[in-house]
Amino acid sequence: MRFIIRRAGFFLLTLWAALSLNFFLPRLMPGSPAERIIAHLHGAVSQSEVRAIELSLGINNSQGIWPQYFTYLGHTATGNLGLSYSQGEPVSKVIGGALPWTLGLVGITTILAFILGTAIGAVAAWRRGSRFDSVMPPLFVFTTAIPFFWVGMVLILIFSVHLGWLPAGGNTGQLAVPSFSPSYIGDVLVHAILPSLTLLITGIGGWVLTMRNNMVTTLTEDYVRMARAKGLSSFRVMADYAARNAILPNLTGFAMSLGFVVSGAILVEYVFNYQGVGYYLLNAVGYDDYPLMQGLFLIITVAVLVAILLSDIATAILDPRTRTAG
Amino acid sequence: MALPVTTGQAAGLPEPGGLTAAGPHRRTALRRFTQAIRTNRKATIGVALMAIFIFVALFPGLLAHQSPTAYSPHITAPPSAAHWLGTDNIGADIYAQVIDGTRNVMILAIAVGALTTAVAMVIGVTAAYLGGVWDGVLNLVTDVLLVIPIFPLLIIIAGYFPNAGNDVLIVVLSFTGWSYTARQLRSQAQSLSNRDFLLAARVRGERPFYVIMVEIIPTMTSLLLASFLNNALYAVLAGSGLQFIGLGKSNNVSWGTTLYWANQNAAWTTGRYLWFIVPGLCIALLGVAFAFINYAFDEIGNPALRPLSAAKVRKAAEASTRRRLASRGERAR
Repeated sequence: MRFIIRRAGFFLLTLWAALSLNFFLPRLMPGSPAERIIAHLHGAVSQSEVRAIELSLGINNSQGIWPQYFTYLGHTATGNLGLSYSQGEPVSKVIGGALPWTLGLVGITTILAFILGTAIGAVAAWRRGSRFDSVMPPLFVFTTAIPFFWVGMVLILIFSVHLGWLPAGGNTGQLAVPSFSPSYIGDVLVHAILPSLTLLITGIGGWVLTMRNNMVTTLTEDYVRMARAKGLSSFRVMADYAARNAILPNLTGFAMSLGFVVSGAILVEYVFNYQGVGYYLLNAVGYDDYPLMQGLFLIITVAVLVAILLSDIATAILDPRTRTAG
Repeated sequence: MALPVTTGQAAGLPEPGGLTAAGPHRRTALRRFTQAIRTNRKATIGVALMAIFIFVALFPGLLAHQSPTAYSPHITAPPSAAHWLGTDNIGADIYAQVIDGTRNVMILAIAVGALTTAVAMVIGVTAAYLGGVWDGVLNLVTDVLLVIPIFPLLIIIAGYFPNAGNDVLIVVLSFTGWSYTARQLRSQAQSLSNRDFLLAARVRGERPFYVIMVEIIPTMTSLLLASFLNNALYAVLAGSGLQFIGLGKSNNVSWGTTLYWANQNAAWTTGRYLWFIVPGLCIALLGVAFAFINYAFDEIGNPALRPLSAAKVRKAAEASTRRRLASRGERAR
């Protein structure tokens, strides 16, 4: 119980730190947010419009900075994220429109990368010293070190420009109308292939390497030797005895990485013009759209916190040792 | 990894198990490192690549004679004898940008690697050594920074510095990226706290600063080196990523900036493939150099890869798993 209270306190503190960063960063930087926005409007605004922009940003120059800060915290707590200046819509609506795309694309890819990577890592460790094992780990050290926005560009070059098989960007075709028809769903999937492949290529390596490492350790355990001595099939020893235990540390990492789903693919969304959270974040930065920036950063932080909470719970359920130790 | 590693270990490396070793001195760590370079194929490749990049960074004038930023009438020209990789949208030589950009990227990698590790060392080791309230506060700050998504934050900060050079990038990356290393170093320092040589130092009445710098830090050389390499890799990927979305686009000669302009001018639709393939490949190869050296170093120092008693194997593998989780790369995104 004490543990839960401490964790909850930590989450609140982190959330507060993120919100405060959000609030103070624009105000610490040179120039006022409103001035920057007005610069984007090419100066064609009247005094009262400046005032309106400032108000929509929560900037009220007649107050000190602290009352503004508390107003901002209050608004955020009640779910009022303000109005996005560049999209002309409430921030919550923009986020609501972007979030499903990111969760779908990056979420599914993260799960795929985890499953594939863990399987490859387990097999590599099981066949330690084989050709498979001598090729795979160096290959995946390589893929973890390449910048993934560049992988995206190369894939576009190969599959869109040269072969013409797949679209180079966008969530759907330009004329697609959202519906549950097979053609629309097919369109969505076709547009997701390249960004997803990009994330898969660069994301899988970490899982392979950690799983192989865990597996190498687990294989020396007595219960694995015992399983072998019992004459169980090779596959069963590998999957049910060794891999099942070796996967535990990876599961925690997996839950954590789900939290980074929302923010993990910013550059991929940028390269492919995929209109998810990262795409809008970059847009917001480009247009100095502070309310949208703040709202997106809040959502990204919340996603990470929720994932950590889930990973805590998952570890406690799956690994009894942590329950007594915690 | 089968062959070279075993020969390396048969050659009798000093003190296995970088993390659990009871105080390896700087010289043995260095010797182990040179041994690794000679005997481990990944280390050989990593160090060779690194040597090439260092050479290019030191002597760009030997390889490229044109200005990387000068305007010319030949805009987006295809590769030719005069411009090996063609020219960009203002007619500047892309080959010169790649060569001259090497220095900036190397400075970024080394500076961020060193600064991040240094900040992490000060905070992590101090927290562990002083304990109590200090430990609580520093640990809390570390944990909060660990959880806050850094890359989106960097993008927001970068929005305020459209003309940022290397210096801004170094400062921003270093002061946001230290938390994971700090946590590792803290737990490492904590595991040492009851060792005799530290108790002896306390009994002698040494001041905390002396104990931290002279007694604790030297025992962590291998972990510090691994952190340096990890953080340098992170700097290359995150820094290039930020430049790719336009940070410092107007006055910086860097691979990420070249990629930004290639992307802005849709280099793939106009057939100027080399414009983005070469700088991107350079980032990848430099990243690989750091990652290979680190991985090889880990492999050599990790007794899990050789036959040992089960308990020892387990201990070392757990430590390296924790380390490996760090390099998994979310940080770089």
